[in-house]
Amino acid sequence: MRSTFGLTLSALLVLASPAAAQPTPWAQPGETAIDPYAVDNANAGARPLADGAVFEAFGGADGVSRIVDDLVDRSVRDPRLEEIFKPTDLVRLRRTLKEQVCFILGGPCAYTGRDMASSHKDLGVTTAEFNALVENLQGAMDAAGVPFRAQNRLLAKLAPMKGDVVER
Amino acid sequence: MFRRLAAVTGLWLVFTAGGAGAQDTDRSGKLLLTGGVSSVEGAGGGGLAPWALITGYGSPGQVGANVHATVVDLPDYQFRSGGIALGLQDRLELSYARQTFDTGATGAQLGLGQGFTFRQDVLGAKLRVLGDAVYDQDRWTPQVAIGAQWKSNNQPGVIAAIGGRDHEGVDYYVAATKILLDHSVLLNGTVRATRANQGGLLGFGGDRKDDYSLQFEGSAGVLLSKRLLVGAEYRTKPDNLGFAREDDWFDLFAAYAVNKNLSITAAYADLGDIATFEDQRGLYLSIQAGF
Repeated sequence: MRSTFGLTLSALLVLASPAAAQPTPWAQPGETAIDPYAVDNANAGARPLADGAVFEAFGGADGVSRIVDDLVDRSVRDPRLEEIFKPTDLVRLRRTLKEQVCFILGGPCAYTGRDMASSHKDLGVTTAEFNALVENLQGAMDAAGVPFRAQNRLLAKLAPMKGDVVER
Repeated sequence: MFRRLAAVTGLWLVFTAGGAGAQDTDRSGKLLLTGGVSSVEGAGGGGLAPWALITGYGSPGQVGANVHATVVDLPDYQFRSGGIALGLQDRLELSYARQTFDTGATGAQLGLGQGFTFRQDVLGAKLRVLGDAVYDQDRWTPQVAIGAQWKSNNQPGVIAAIGGRDHEGVDYYVAATKILLDHSVLLNGTVRATRANQGGLLGFGGDRKDDYSLQFEGSAGVLLSKRLLVGAEYRTKPDNLGFAREDDWFDLFAAYAVNKNLSITAAYADLGDIATFEDQRGLYLSIQAGF
């Protein structure tokens, strides 16, 4: 979830110095290249759930994919979040968010995005914005029919990331 | 009781109708129910006990505020509370509640006169000192707050006559709240230093005991949805007065957040014996409106 906000800065850096940027092998067509970084599942910011029940309740990788797409769609048109989402590389965001949620739910995914602190550095995310994103995620999970208790298993993993994401 | 509550509800629905449909654009910074509801003493918490949560939906940099009206309809009395609370920066909470303890027909039997009513003003302050109940899901530490409640009762004469020492007093408390999100559970424990008799409605200190004593208030709830918290509370109380035994309080509650502007709490409350009248159990209804 936190990589949501992470792309603005890197996108700006790329625009400023295109020679410094290298495409990553995971990148999909349409992604803006960003500076290289060490890829590690630990960058996801939470250890994966041990039992597979929650991943199943989310509808597996396909369900996670639909929920993340819905989350991004909701957030892009959310006036509370437009300052953060407007300049964001949504192609990369959708991919890394899907990886992150799938990984944290214990699904068969690797997370290739950056860690939460560096991906949100200098974005100036507030607590209110963090919570607005959580509300959009809850809306997307509701729409997908994910049971409330399963939703909270994911939110419990995401909540402590606030410390790395929120800057003001 | 219901007519009065319905009238108040109607009024607030009018006030809050504008905000109710505007959830998508609402700028309040906290998640539903994470400020608790309004306790009978005005502080954010459960119905009977203050929690460490700061009332309202203000995040850092924001202010949250709400008003509440509560009625507890008991066999021999009616207890009412109305008040206002501010949550500043999700850090400091200031509250005011006017409590009314209406003895109704029981007043005559107590020799106070039909419809005799005690009124108490409660000014509260609460400061969050440690932790975060919502976000600290990767550690066991709770959110901790310290608070004080200044209480002033309008019946010093009656209080003196029943053995009470003062009509004014201050309660001090420490509250710890933990939301175990992966279990959808909320827990709170509050320790209160108090001299209050029936929360201060019958004054402070008494002929049996005049000193402060430490009391415990425990709440546990399960989140059934993001809008609905159901649970139970237990509050121990001192027993300072010789003329009548004072019991612990207990309730089973359901708190429902219609949206961030309106929440309704219904409970079955058991307040035990009050001023020699036994088994005061009844319906607790509370409405909170704010942002």
